[in-house]
Amino acid sequence: MKVMVAVKRVVDFNVKVRCKADGSGVELANVKMAMNPFDEIAVEEAVRLKEAGIASEVVAVSLGAKPCEETLRTALAMGADRAILVESDSELQPLAVAKLLMAVVEREAPQLVLLGKQAIDDDANQTGQMLAALLGWPQGTFASRVELSEGQLKVTREIDGGLETLALALPAIVTADLRLNEPRYVKLPSIMAAKKKPLAVITPQDLGVDVAPRLKQLKVAEPAPRRAGGQVGSVAELVSKLKNEAKVF
Amino acid sequence: MTVLVIAEHDNHTLKAATLSTIGAALQVGDEIHVLLAGQGLAAVVDATARIPGVAKVLVAEEVHLAHGLAENLAPLVAGLARRYLHVLAPASTFGKNLLPRVAALIDVAPVSDVIAIESPDTFKRPIYAGNVIATVQSRDSVKLLTVRSTAFSPVPVAGGSAEVETMDPGLDLGQSRFVSRQLTETSRPELDSARVIVSGGRGLGSSEAFKQILEPFADRLGAAIGASRAAVDAGYAPNDCQVGQTGKIVAPQLYFAVGISGAIQHLAGMKDSKVIVAINKDAEAPIFQVADYGLVGDLFELVPELLAQLDVGIGA
Ligand SMILES: Cc1cc2nc3c(=O)[nH]c(=O)nc-3n(C[C@H](O)[C@H](O)[C@H](O)COP(=O)(O)OP(=O)(O)OC[C@H]3O[C@@H](n4cnc5c(N)ncnc54)[C@H](O)[C@@H]3O)c2cc1C
Ligand SMILES: Nc1ncnc2c1ncn2[C@@H]1O[C@H](COP(=O)(O)O)[C@@H](O)[C@H]1O
Repeated sequence: MKVMVAVKRVVDFNVKVRCKADGSGVELANVKMAMNPFDEIAVEEAVRLKEAGIASEVVAVSLGAKPCEETLRTALAMGADRAILVESDSELQPLAVAKLLMAVVEREAPQLVLLGKQAIDDDANQTGQMLAALLGWPQGTFASRVELSEGQLKVTREIDGGLETLALALPAIVTADLRLNEPRYVKLPSIMAAKKKPLAVITPQDLGVDVAPRLKQLKVAEPAPRRAGGQVGSVAELVSKLKNEAKVF
Repeated sequence: MTVLVIAEHDNHTLKAATLSTIGAALQVGDEIHVLLAGQGLAAVVDATARIPGVAKVLVAEEVHLAHGLAENLAPLVAGLARRYLHVLAPASTFGKNLLPRVAALIDVAPVSDVIAIESPDTFKRPIYAGNVIATVQSRDSVKLLTVRSTAFSPVPVAGGSAEVETMDPGLDLGQSRFVSRQLTETSRPELDSARVIVSGGRGLGSSEAFKQILEPFADRLGAAIGASRAAVDAGYAPNDCQVGQTGKIVAPQLYFAVGISGAIQHLAGMKDSKVIVAINKDAEAPIFQVADYGLVGDLFELVPELLAQLDVGIGA
């Protein structure tokens, strides 16, 4: 069974981003970038399926500008077998990404596509669901456990009230939540080996997909900062302030 | 303008988030249609029809819709969506699972986590863990939005009398099957509608401490219990307690962060709370930068002391 994983290059989760002075976008110059944390979890799951003898091949796919190759190399170092970059310097919104991924799925014919539940830059939480719709496949979103047996995929999902388990027919889409697994730490030999693994580069034009953005970002702004109120010296002072100043009791 | 709202419910009652979503819908349109898809919906239909502003309740009932499976629900919503200019659902795990699937079926780019409606085609939404607010304009003929319940006031369930229309429930596509659901049993208020939330972090150190230190305190305040990701990952609290960028977004009157450092991903979920109290032994913890009242010290001493003083101080 072939497994495909979508990995996005995003601003590292430790970075607190700033808006450009003119509000036209977020300052991305000299900012540390990394693989979207949810996609690391998705790659880890795919690699574990391969190690368990369930997946025969793991293909990592990224869409974006040239530096996404670094992100793909990370996926290869984690254990993916080969990588595909759909190279584009234009802004790719989730619907365009889903359409491009669909075109790649049609070429590669995987039985399972893993994505992150959400990219931590746009926080959209849309791409997996849209890809599933375009392909007409079932979706197991926000997955915290995946079990494959007899051509069926059992997915446990993190939902608002607790957990839910669904059985999906294959081929299927799964989006990874935080507790699906803990991604491995890649060691130097794997990083070296990853440099020799195949990485193909194609373009949206090759795939015949129109990637024009549908949403127009008019402006960005930082929310009004919350001011710290300072520290209280004792529990008694806290209770008194909550009662008399904040009036919450 | 008529707006379609996709109701979230458990076949018996409407979720509070649905009421806030209708509140948001009333900001874009004057007439609201609500889709109720499920099974055995009599009581929910009745309640929904009593919401002022709701003109029509569309009811699709069949066993294949009982568990909210996106595969069966999306074609139903997609078929309806083209008749409206706006389709709204709560930005809950239900809405986020469903709406993008609907959107792709009708070739529309959905807008997630809307926190403000600027005009019928322009919306505000947080990106980068809430560190940036983007204003986005949709060029699609139908706007598909998931809305944050913390940003819109819920509508009351009384006084209205909507028309009820039965719909063709569509087919069971048989692609997915509901197996089981383990809902966290609690008599405490729900996180998204609680007036007070007591959240615990890694500082609690164990699930026993969560039970012994945090729970009595929360119960004394009639509070909901929340947690940081680290506390959930460590098994101190169930997954549905996670507050943050990738968990629940809350905005109670009063939020206690106990043994939580205040990572940006956690702040993303709670920094719109009215009053924030932080209890942490590290005076440099970033949580103090957003707290209205910070108490530096050992939570294992401070929380029980606080509980004791509340009993004396506000007269149980
Ligand atoms: C993709 C991604 C998504 C994430 N999403 C979320 C999310 O939705 N929600 C979320 O919360 N996090 C999220 N995180 C994790 C986040 O980055 C932090 O790791 C997490 O919030 C830390 O949890 P914590 O504050 O409980 O633990 P820590 O950072 O370890 O802090 C524990 C705190 O407890 C204090 N403490 C210890 N002992 C005591 C004591 N006895 N008395 C008083 N204080 C004490 C310490 O001083 C410390 O400040 C996400 C991370 C990633 C990468
Ligand atoms: N440009 C991209 N390249 C590769 N994968 C992507 C890209 N954008 C989104 N994805 C995938 O879709 C998931 C959800 O993204 P989003 O819908 O933007 O929150 C991510 O976790 C990735 O797995």
